[in-house]
Amino acid sequence: MNFTNRDVVSIKDFSKQDLEKVFSIAGGFAKNGYDRKLLKGKRVGLLFYEPSTRTRMSFDTAAQTIGADTIWFAGPEGTSVMKGETLKDTIETVANYVDAIILRHPFDGSARWAAEITTRRTRRGAPKVPIISGGDGKNEHPTQTMLDLYSMLITQGRIESLNVALIGDLKYGRTVHSLSYALSMYNARLSFVAPDMLQIPSHITSFLDRCGIKHSEHSRIEDVIADADIVYMTRIQKERFPDENEYNKVKGLYRISKSMLSAAKPTMRLMHPLPRVDEITLDADDDPRAYYFQQAGNGVPIRAALLALVMGACE
Amino acid sequence: MTGQIQDDSKKKLIVSPIENGTVVDHLPPGTAVKIAQMLGLMGDSIVIIGQNLKSTKFGRKDLIKVEGKFLGEPEFNKIALLAPNATVNIVRDSAITEKRHVAVPDFVERVALCANTNCITNKENVPTRFITASRSPLIMVCNYCGYETKGEELKLKG
Repeated sequence: MNFTNRDVVSIKDFSKQDLEKVFSIAGGFAKNGYDRKLLKGKRVGLLFYEPSTRTRMSFDTAAQTIGADTIWFAGPEGTSVMKGETLKDTIETVANYVDAIILRHPFDGSARWAAEITTRRTRRGAPKVPIISGGDGKNEHPTQTMLDLYSMLITQGRIESLNVALIGDLKYGRTVHSLSYALSMYNARLSFVAPDMLQIPSHITSFLDRCGIKHSEHSRIEDVIADADIVYMTRIQKERFPDENEYNKVKGLYRISKSMLSAAKPTMRLMHPLPRVDEITLDADDDPRAYYFQQAGNGVPIRAALLALVMGACE
Repeated sequence: MTGQIQDDSKKKLIVSPIENGTVVDHLPPGTAVKIAQMLGLMGDSIVIIGQNLKSTKFGRKDLIKVEGKFLGEPEFNKIALLAPNATVNIVRDSAITEKRHVAVPDFVERVALCANTNCITNKENVPTRFITASRSPLIMVCNYCGYETKGEELKLKG
């Protein structure tokens, strides 16, 4: 499917062939270097209503590395959002200034709504401004999933039929939701490790069932670590708990240390979308199976490839 | 039977008949007012609501009669969300001229609320849109956040 002006809202909107195209271009950038004039004369807007380090900075780096200018805000402070401006009005306005918008927003479905707004503008004769989600509430984080899959491809030589253990905050963790959807295309075996109150939502397991994907739910890391090709650790997200007492019941419940990694395969890779709090101890960082910082680095070629594609600079 | 409303068990007329209009029958008990409001019937029309009537088929039922208004496909679709077993009778000159069973449509717009409280449609003025994933049991997927709203947690826009 053609990528030009395409919105990147849900990983479910992308086929395996689409993803392979992104990985291929990203691999080319990583191997042969970046064409620094690819997006010359283009401008990307980064609208981050929520805190971010990796997503915002890797998108900014990716855009500038292939020649685009960037404008952005990080947090609604200092913008008209503080005066009560709706997402619709902000998108309508910023779409006049830029050729693509990266949006991180606290509400689920905000990226789809923003994409609808910039599509409606085209009926008034305006050019389509593609929306790329940098995470919408607890819903999805599709570009994180693209770099996660790319990291699996690099470290395992394949994405197909991997045994993936997802651990931690599976209820509120949008990276886990998008990754689960994506892995359903690759015949993965998924093990979900979480306390009952943070287990994977039923609408995602229903989706996996409809796709015929094998999955199971667990309460102990020890039950899954030996067989895993990928262990995908996540942070318990304090900011998404409606009640702090509920957060206190589960914080620090899951922790992976270097000694625990001895039970894993030598080829297993430990991934994490980051930031971490205490769920991976510092002594694990130097284990050859620890891959989370390289994983974060893969965000730049993946996001550069995606920007080049949706802004029509690559076929 | 004509447009007259009867108690199923005794076939005794308990609500006066209508001459021209619509009878929405076999509604789950307690839903008639909500459905009448959803359909915008509570304005100028003459509306008769029957609640907790005996029904041979369902035990108890609600019903709505509206004089002078002929409901159509869009209204049938909305009724189906709250009352999948409802029947709609169109009455002309005191005789039933059309009898319909309602059905949930493939897409539902602007009528229902997403059960995900963090959905953008519950936070800003965004019209809701659902794709019907299943009719029995009723499951509707939000076009925006992907949340699957089940029939029992369905709420309508007030």
